[in-house]
Amino acid sequence: MSLQEVFQEISAADFFYRNRDIAGFTNPTRAIYSTVRELVENALDACEIREIPPEIYVRISHESGPTDGPGVYRIHIEDNGIGIPHDIIPSAFGQVLFGSKYKLRQTRGTFGLGGKMAILYGQITTHGKANILSSTGPNKIHHYEISIDIQKNKPLILSHKTLPNDNKWHGTVIDFATEADYTRAMPKILDYLMQTAIVAPYATITYVDPRGRLYRFDRATMQMPKPPQETLPHPYGVDVETMRRLVEITKERTMVSFLRSHFHRVGKTIATSFLSQINISAKKNPKKLSPDEIVQLVNGMKNYKFLAPDASCLSPLGEELLEAGIRKELSPEFVAVYQRKPSAYAGFPFIVEVGVAYGGKIETGGGIRLYRFANKIPLLFDEASDVSWKVVNTEVDWRHYKATVDLPIAVFVHICSTKVPYKTVGKEFIADRPDVEREILNAVREVARRLSLFLSKKINLAHDKRRLDVFQKYLPKIAIFSSKLAKKGKPPDVSLMLKSVLTHEEEIEDQDDE
Amino acid sequence: MKKKLKTKTTSKSPNRAEQKKIAVLSSLKGLGEQLYVQLSQKQWPSIKMPSRSITNIRYDQGTRQYILGDHFVRRSARNIRHVRPLTQLVWTGSFVDELTREGKTSTLRDVFYSAQAYEMSFSDQAESDDIITDLETVLGHPRENFNVYPEERSAIFGDLTIQYTVPGYEGKTLNLSSHPDGMMIGPALTNSEFVDCKADKIIAIEKGGLFTRFIEERVHEKYKALLIHTAGQAPRATRALLRRMNKELKLPVYIFCDADPWGMHIANVIIAGSANAAHLRDLNTPDAKWAGVWASDIVNYKLPSDPLTDLDIKRLYELEKDPRYDGKLWKHEIETFLKVKRKAEQEAFSRYGLAYIVDKYLPAKLKELG
Repeated sequence: MSLQEVFQEISAADFFYRNRDIAGFTNPTRAIYSTVRELVENALDACEIREIPPEIYVRISHESGPTDGPGVYRIHIEDNGIGIPHDIIPSAFGQVLFGSKYKLRQTRGTFGLGGKMAILYGQITTHGKANILSSTGPNKIHHYEISIDIQKNKPLILSHKTLPNDNKWHGTVIDFATEADYTRAMPKILDYLMQTAIVAPYATITYVDPRGRLYRFDRATMQMPKPPQETLPHPYGVDVETMRRLVEITKERTMVSFLRSHFHRVGKTIATSFLSQINISAKKNPKKLSPDEIVQLVNGMKNYKFLAPDASCLSPLGEELLEAGIRKELSPEFVAVYQRKPSAYAGFPFIVEVGVAYGGKIETGGGIRLYRFANKIPLLFDEASDVSWKVVNTEVDWRHYKATVDLPIAVFVHICSTKVPYKTVGKEFIADRPDVEREILNAVREVARRLSLFLSKKINLAHDKRRLDVFQKYLPKIAIFSSKLAKKGKPPDVSLMLKSVLTHEEEIEDQDDE
Repeated sequence: MKKKLKTKTTSKSPNRAEQKKIAVLSSLKGLGEQLYVQLSQKQWPSIKMPSRSITNIRYDQGTRQYILGDHFVRRSARNIRHVRPLTQLVWTGSFVDELTREGKTSTLRDVFYSAQAYEMSFSDQAESDDIITDLETVLGHPRENFNVYPEERSAIFGDLTIQYTVPGYEGKTLNLSSHPDGMMIGPALTNSEFVDCKADKIIAIEKGGLFTRFIEERVHEKYKALLIHTAGQAPRATRALLRRMNKELKLPVYIFCDADPWGMHIANVIIAGSANAAHLRDLNTPDAKWAGVWASDIVNYKLPSDPLTDLDIKRLYELEKDPRYDGKLWKHEIETFLKVKRKAEQEAFSRYGLAYIVDKYLPAKLKELG
């Protein structure tokens, strides 16, 4: 018997099939939640990229098997996004790690993985196929039936039809069967959709659940955030492998022009100064860099003071939209929102936006409710591991802002970045990077100050009300009893005097007369 | 109502009860008018009254009692902390106005409960008692004049004939020796007229046991005395009655209490009044005499005694600084207490036989005091 190991290359699809835990498809409960989430995110991205106010329709229907445990469900999602060119539809949905999201700009998805994982999971649990309809607008509507060849990481086209597109519809429809424990996943799915509605107040989301119940989240505005621009990598965020690839593809002939054309915020002056510092000739052909010099280049970049990345590649929500989202879903009595100036960690630009709200549908008890968002995605799991949780619960002294745990208060933290510092591949909580933590803390403090002004006013009003109650109770009695004592008929009218109680007239204090 | 009472009155000029009543009702009406006028002029009603704070109480050598100084406080309905007590004060005014008109009496506790019918609840009786004291201060009349009495009652026995003035009893007379347990000193007795008195002195006794013994030993006959049981610290009605008898009947007053700082203070309050009643007059009897039991009696009569407690000693040091204890006798006895560090009860004389206190001690004391 041979003891020789069998080495075998596995495809990307195969890899994720074998390691589906890391992509959020651990079990049928988590899988349906991740499926909804990945597909809704792709749908929103497809709209926002061209500032189309999203109309998203999601339907989950029960096909077979039990409803109180894992069964087979069909998921159907439609968007009005930009659509997918018909020739790449099969790869876009049938080839893992194929996608448009490998460039540096802020999008919800990052790996081009989630949507395909959803289809892959559906395929391996039900042996079904996926139906894709898409059109980019003027052309016909293309209808594909595909499945994924897991071992080869290639789409298998089962059928391809074209349909007339008289209404110039653009968008995408995805429909496939998958195994799910819907009953268990339901609360998280509804929570996810509601929070998505907060962070995308310009989207209308319609959801029909397996029992035919309709949930509708209407948009509150047609205003959309500015779409992100693509940017070059910032020197701080580059590793040796990226550098090696850039050297391979570059058409530039000198180091100065190489740095200028492939890196963010690097001009001639900076490039020249940087190269002289690390002792690499400005005129050197990048193709001639030795492996040691590439390492030297990357290490040197970490220590040189480059300009901070600018935020044009980011697409924050903006204070107005964040407030609109919070108001439309929670109808609070009070909202304060605040957007920090762009900042950067390890060469990746990021912006922190926070909000605080009081009252309305916000529940009391259990302390301050925290809503976390990253690149417009609600984060629902592992709250206590998140940097925002740490800031809100351990670093801000809420009593200082007159906020006590029994009040209906919610805090919203949105981080946008070209690379959100997730702690894990599961994309559920954000690492406590000091730069990020500081920005969140400062932002939360700012809105907390405004909340404290609101609460003081509220406390004062309650105080005034209590004062008025006291005067209202006693002054008429003084009128009645003094008239009785003085043997007068009708007691004097005190309503005018009571009105003056609330005008904060100087109150008579205890005094000793001589 | 007023008319009805008048027709019932037998004497030509208003009697004692009538006079008090007229004065009280006019004060109450004045209070009501003051507040009514302020309210009619859209002013926040307020009243001014002498401050009863401890810094405004001083001892007056002229009247030989505590009186209030010249500080005043204003209770204003505009002040959130005043509006409730001011309302309670006016309500209490209208409550006692009714009482006084109808000639009915009420206890302090009754007042506390009656308020609840008017959504005016006092949080406890201490609060309602305090408001009644305010009303006394504002009106310048003790609450007995507007028919509010405490629960505790003391008693009187002796050859004094009184004539009632209270409704239903006007003109009726009674001799106060007609019942061997003594007669309760209540509103009816307090408001009565003195018609005839055979006694030539008054002996006030702290304890009920000794009061009964004195009656049994016929002290009222042997010494021609009116006997008064103070039942501990004498109620104000009793103190007022003692003063009246002292002034109107010209009877000297002798006070017998336990030989300890607390008994001594019972005598002192009858003589010099209490700080709590600094806003009132005519409750003390400056000429009354503390007849015992003195600290020196413990030594002189070799009375069975107990050691003074720490609390007793602390109290003695307090009394030493009190202006009411300025006299030679007081000073001497406080010193003696502190020296012998013993105290004795009135009953301690029983070691020499039940009659000893009446037959030996009393005549000696009366002689000593002149």
